[in-house]
Amino acid sequence: MADAPRQTRPRSFQEVILRLQSYWAAQGCAVLQPYDMEVGAGTFHPATTLRSLGTRPWAAAYVQPSRRPTDGRYGDNPNRLQHYYQFQVLIKPSPPDLQDLYLGSLQAIGIDMAHHDIRFVEDDWESPTLGAWGLGWEVWCDGMEVSQFTYFQQVGGHDCHPVSGELTYGLERLAMYVLGIDHVMEMPFNAPDAAQPLTYGDVFRQTEAEYSRWNFDVADTEVLLRHFEEAEAECARILDRPAEDPVTGRRIVMAHPAYDQCIKASHIFNLLDARGVISVTERQAYIGRVRALAKLCADAFVQTEAGGAAA
Amino acid sequence: MPDLLIELFSEEIPARMQARAAADLKRLVTDGLVEAGLTYASAGAFHTPRRLALSVEGLSSESPDTREERKGPKVGAPDKAIEGFCRGAGVDRTALEVRDTGKAQVYFAVIAHKGRPAPDIVAEVLDHTVRHFPWPKSMRWGAGALRWVRPLQSILCLLTDEDGAQIVPLEIDGINAGNTTRGHRFMAPDAFAVTSFEDYEAKLKQAKVLLRAEERADHIRQEAVNLAFAAGLELVEDPGLLAEVAGLVEWPVVLMGEIDADFLHLPPEVLQTSMKEHQKFFSLRDKTGQITRFVTVANIAAPDGGSTILAGNQKVLAARLADARFFWDNDLRVARAGMQDWCDGLGAVTFHAKLGSQAERVTRIAALAREIAPHVGADPEQAQEAARIAKADLRSEMVGEFPELQGVMGRYYALEAGRSPEVADACRDHWKPMGQDDDVPSAPVSVAVALADKIDTLTGFWAIDEKPTGSKDPYALRRAALGVIRLLLAKQNKLSIQLLVATAHGSLTESFSREDRLCGRAENGNFKMLENFLTDFDETDPDYYVRISKDGGLGEDNHFRLRNSADVQEDLLAFFHDRLKVHLRGAGIRHDVIDACLAMEGADDLTLLVKRAEALETFLRTEDGENLIQGFKRANNILTQAEDADGVEYSFGADIRFAEDAAETALFAALDDADTRITPAMAAEDFAGAMAAMAGLRAPIDAFFEQVQINADSAVLRRNRLNLLSRIRTTCLAVADLRRIEG
Repeated sequence: MADAPRQTRPRSFQEVILRLQSYWAAQGCAVLQPYDMEVGAGTFHPATTLRSLGTRPWAAAYVQPSRRPTDGRYGDNPNRLQHYYQFQVLIKPSPPDLQDLYLGSLQAIGIDMAHHDIRFVEDDWESPTLGAWGLGWEVWCDGMEVSQFTYFQQVGGHDCHPVSGELTYGLERLAMYVLGIDHVMEMPFNAPDAAQPLTYGDVFRQTEAEYSRWNFDVADTEVLLRHFEEAEAECARILDRPAEDPVTGRRIVMAHPAYDQCIKASHIFNLLDARGVISVTERQAYIGRVRALAKLCADAFVQTEAGGAAA
Repeated sequence: MPDLLIELFSEEIPARMQARAAADLKRLVTDGLVEAGLTYASAGAFHTPRRLALSVEGLSSESPDTREERKGPKVGAPDKAIEGFCRGAGVDRTALEVRDTGKAQVYFAVIAHKGRPAPDIVAEVLDHTVRHFPWPKSMRWGAGALRWVRPLQSILCLLTDEDGAQIVPLEIDGINAGNTTRGHRFMAPDAFAVTSFEDYEAKLKQAKVLLRAEERADHIRQEAVNLAFAAGLELVEDPGLLAEVAGLVEWPVVLMGEIDADFLHLPPEVLQTSMKEHQKFFSLRDKTGQITRFVTVANIAAPDGGSTILAGNQKVLAARLADARFFWDNDLRVARAGMQDWCDGLGAVTFHAKLGSQAERVTRIAALAREIAPHVGADPEQAQEAARIAKADLRSEMVGEFPELQGVMGRYYALEAGRSPEVADACRDHWKPMGQDDDVPSAPVSVAVALADKIDTLTGFWAIDEKPTGSKDPYALRRAALGVIRLLLAKQNKLSIQLLVATAHGSLTESFSREDRLCGRAENGNFKMLENFLTDFDETDPDYYVRISKDGGLGEDNHFRLRNSADVQEDLLAFFHDRLKVHLRGAGIRHDVIDACLAMEGADDLTLLVKRAEALETFLRTEDGENLIQGFKRANNILTQAEDADGVEYSFGADIRFAEDAAETALFAALDDADTRITPAMAAEDFAGAMAAMAGLRAPIDAFFEQVQINADSAVLRRNRLNLLSRIRTTCLAVADLRRIEG
C-alpha cells in the first residue's frame, strides 16, 4: 500500500473530487475532463470504452457527470439523483498493485484504514448495452459500497488484451460518507467557510426537480423515438464510409463520431425507459440495438491508430 | 518423507467459490502426484479470501524406477522397421533382446524409466494445476495470459524434511515460487518466510489470519451467540450466511448493533432478508420472535473497538431499511384496499408467452383449487378465495425488491386485507414445498391451492410441449411434480392424477377461449382473417390456438398447437411415476417393486400405489416373501413355456378331482383359501393383509414342486396341473405384478 501520510478529512464535495484528481495525477494518470455528452455512467466516456480496446497503454482519470433518468426523485430523496457524478480511473495494462493504489486513494480522501473495515466483495460487472464485462468487486467501507473495481475482459464484443483495470467511485455517496452527511442536498459543495458557501442542494435541488418532471412526464416520446432511430442510422452511416478520406486522401476511420451516436442512442433509450413507454420485451430489443452500435464502434476503433492498428 | 506446502496467494476470491476451489486444488495436485508415481500419507486444503493452501504430509521423495517392455518386429524384419522401432522406444539396436514367443523370434526393447525427484514432479503438477484450474469464472489481468479467479500474486511451494525446507523451483507466467507469504491486508501486510505447514499456520495467526474456514465460522458463530445471550437475545441461525461471511474475512471481529426503533415494526422476515441480502448481517431476535439487533463481522480489529465501523454499518442499514419501510407502507395501502390493484396488475405479468399472464393462471388455479378442495378436506369457497389472491404479492413493492419473500408477504398482506387466517396461510404456503427439504403444508386450504398451482403449471407446460430434458428444467417442473407427490402422500390423499390433469387441461383450454384478447380455438369466426398471416394455420384442427398479444404481434409464441388432454394425462402420469420412483428410492423402495405396482390398476392414485409398494417391499424382505417369489417365478416360467410350446392358454379349469397327490390337493385348498382372503383385502386396500394371505401359498407351492411332476404322462393330468399353475399366477398377480420383480 502506498504509504500516504494520514490525511485530514475533506470539508466539501469539491475537495473530495480535487483530492482524487491530485492523487491519481500523482500516480501518473492523465486527468481528463468530463465527456461533453449525456451518458449513464463514466464507463461510456470514450476514454474508457474505446481506450480499453487495443494494445496501447493508457492511464486516465476523470470526473463524469452521469444521468439516470429513472432515479430522479425531484431532489427529495437523501441519496437518489437523476444527475450525479462518477469519478473514473482506467489504467491499461492493469498494474500489479492496483488494489494498493486504490486503497491509497481512499486514504487521500481521509479514510483511515486502521479504523474502517474495507472489503472487496465479489461483484462481476456487465454492461449489456456496451457488450462489455469484467470481473472484480464492489468495495465496501463499513458495509457501504464506495467503489466498483473491475478488470475488463471484453468490451464491444472484443477480448481485452491487455486487460484494463477500471475504478469507479460514486462521488456523492462517497463524499457524504467521508463528510458525515445524511442528505445529499445538505452536503457542502465548496468550503463551508467560503465567502459564499454553497450546498449540493444550492447547486442541484432545482435542476433535480426540473429534470424529474421532464424525464417522467413531459419528454416527447415521439421525438425521442425518432432521435433514437436517427442516431442509430447515423452511426451506421458514418461507419459505412470508406476509410480513405476523399478530401485529404488520408485514412480516417471515424470511430469517435460514430461512438457519439451510440452514446446518444443509449441515453435516449434511458429516457424512453423513464417515460415508461418501453415494455419488458421491447427493452431487450432496444438494448440489443445499442449493443450492436457499440460493437460496430469497437470494431472501427481497433482499426485506428489509437486502437493499436499499425499506423 | 518430506511434507509439501503450497499456497496460491491472490486478490480477493469470491466467498462462494473458495471451498470448492480448495477441494479442487487438493484433488488435482494429489491426483497428479500419485499419477507421477509418488505416494503420500495425508493431505488437507484450506482457504481464506486471499489464499488457497494445500498441505501434503509424508510424500515420497522420489518416484520409483520402472521398467517397460515393448514388443517389436520379428527377427529378420526389414531394417527400416527395426530401426523405427528402436527410435520409438529410445533404445540402441544392440540393446534389443530376442525372445521366442512360441510362434516366432521377436525383438523386445526393455526401457528403464529412472525415478524422478519429488521437486520436479511437484513443480510439473502444480504448473499444470494452476494453468488448468476449474474456476467457475476466471480472468486475465495486466498484460499476461494466465487465467485465475482474480490476479494471482504469489506462489509459495515448499518441501520440508529433516534437513529443512526447500523451495520447489517453479515459475508460472512470471511468478516465481518462493517461501514467503503475507498476513492480513491491513493489520500485518508485510511478507514473511515459513518453513513448514505448522510454521505457516502459526505465523499466519500471528499475522492476523485464521487459515481454517471452520475456525473462522466457529468463532463468528460463538461470538454472535455470546453477544446475543448477553443482550437477552437469540441468534437466528443461518448456515449459508455463516459460510459466506467466513469467506469474506481473514480475521473475524464480531460486532453487535442496534436496529433503529423506526424500523422495528417491520415483519421479522423483512428485517432479516434486507440485512442478510444487502449487508450480510445476522439477525438477533427476542423472545417474541421480533428481530431487534444485528451482528456484523468486520475484517479488522480497530483501535476504537469497532465503534466507527459499527456506526457506519448502522447508517447504511438505516438507509436500506428506510427503503424497506417505504415499500411496506406503500404495500399496506394497496393491501388494506383489498389488493385489487395487484390482482389487476397480474394481467400485465407474463407467466409464459404461450400460457398467458399470471392473471389467467390465477383464474385457472382458483377453479382447480375449488375442485380439489373437497378431496383434501378444505372449504371450496376458501380454497378459491385463497387461490385468487395467492399470487397478488408478486405485484407488491416488497416482493419486487426481495423475490424470496413472495408468499411470506402474501400472508401479511392478506391478513391486512381482512382475509381469514386459513386464506392468508395458503398465500404463504401454496408455494411449498420448494425443495426436497422444505416442509409440506398440511392446512387443507393451503394443500388445495398448493396442488392446484403445481398441477396447472405441469399441465400447461406439458400441453405446450415444454418438458424438462436432461439437465434442463428451467421452469422447475421436476420440483413441481415432486411437490405434488409429497403433498398427496403426506395426507394420504386419494386423488387421481389423471383426473387432476384433465381438469387443469379443461381450465387451460377454457381460459384460452374466454380471454377476450385471445382468439381462442380455430372454430372462432374472428379467426378467418388470420389465415392470410399464418402459413401453417389449420382451421380444422380444434387444438390449434392463436393468441393475439397486446401489441398485436403474431410471433411464434402466439400461435401453436396445444397437445390434447388424453396425451397430456398419459405423458404426465408417466412423468409422475418417474419422479415417484426417484422419491421412493430415497425411501429405500426398490425400483422393480415400484414397477410391479405400477402395472396394477389405479396407478394414477399415488397414495394407493405407494401403499402397495411399501407392503410389497416389506413382504419381499420376509423369508416367505423371498421364497414365494421363487415359487411364483417357477410356476410362471413353466406355464409360459408350456403355453408358448402348445399354443394354448392354460387359464381355466383346474379341477381338484384330477388331483392325485396330497401336495396337489393341498395346493388347491391353499389357493381357495388365499383367494377368499385376498379378494376382500384388496377391495379394502389392505395390501399387507393380501400379501400375508399370499405368503400362505409359499409352503404348498414349494411342496407341490417337490412332489408333483407337472409334465405327467397323462395329458389330462398335465393340463390340469398347468391350469393349477395358472391359478397361482392369477392369484398372485391380483396383488402385484410379481413378474417384474428381479432376482
